[in-house]
Amino acid sequence: MSQSHNRGLIEDFGRWREFAPGMWAWIFHKFTGWVLIGYLFTHVAVLSTAISGPQLYTTTLRSLESLLLVRVLEVGLLAVATFHIMNGIRLLFIDLGVGLESQDKSFYASLVLTGAIAVASVPTFLSGAF
Amino acid sequence: MAERYSSFDRRGWAWFLQRLTAAFLVIVLAFHFMLLHFVNHAYEITFLGSQARMSQVGYFVTMVLFLVTATFHGVNGVFNALVNQGLKGTQKKVVLGVLAIAGVGLVVQGIRLALAMTGLV
Repeated sequence: MSQSHNRGLIEDFGRWREFAPGMWAWIFHKFTGWVLIGYLFTHVAVLSTAISGPQLYTTTLRSLESLLLVRVLEVGLLAVATFHIMNGIRLLFIDLGVGLESQDKSFYASLVLTGAIAVASVPTFLSGAF
Repeated sequence: MAERYSSFDRRGWAWFLQRLTAAFLVIVLAFHFMLLHFVNHAYEITFLGSQARMSQVGYFVTMVLFLVTATFHGVNGVFNALVNQGLKGTQKKVVLGVLAIAGVGLVVQGIRLALAMTGLV
């Protein structure tokens, strides 16, 4: 038999010290989601240089890639996307009724995998940046 | 029966589409990162390379689907997040309208640039 649970107002971020792993997963999923949709608009804007011609497209993208800041931000973007994917898979399984009892462990697994993939990607993203 | 705390309306098509697009995006977003950062490197990008990829029908269709699903998933996600924060009434309708226009605009612009990348337009 399930028990009812008064979660309080989960949208009250001032209660962050009381948050359980599932709440942190919810916050991180929202945060990474906001970053990704913001990036999608930016990405389409930058790639739209292709409409103005091949030369502008190649020059713009190569100029951006020559900046160390952009390379570091790309690692951050990969971390954000990886967490959103990992936690998204976790949420899809929970929606299907699988793994609800171990949802805290699958959140920690999402964090560890995200960290590992982000760290492993650093050499690729920083290649030729210096 | 367990109580449900989600703010999503499980009867709505948007709830189902959010999950359907999620399942698709998990695969295509990972593929996108792998292909354009690990197989090919972003710092070596040229228009000709992008054109070669985008000129393949399968890749073009996949990227347009990627654009449409990512836009829906992102815009609907933003809307859901704002509803969770208490958005309602007229404000909710206005925000939905603005997000819908922004989403359609993004898809139109994305398809324009995808066509430009093929070099055919």
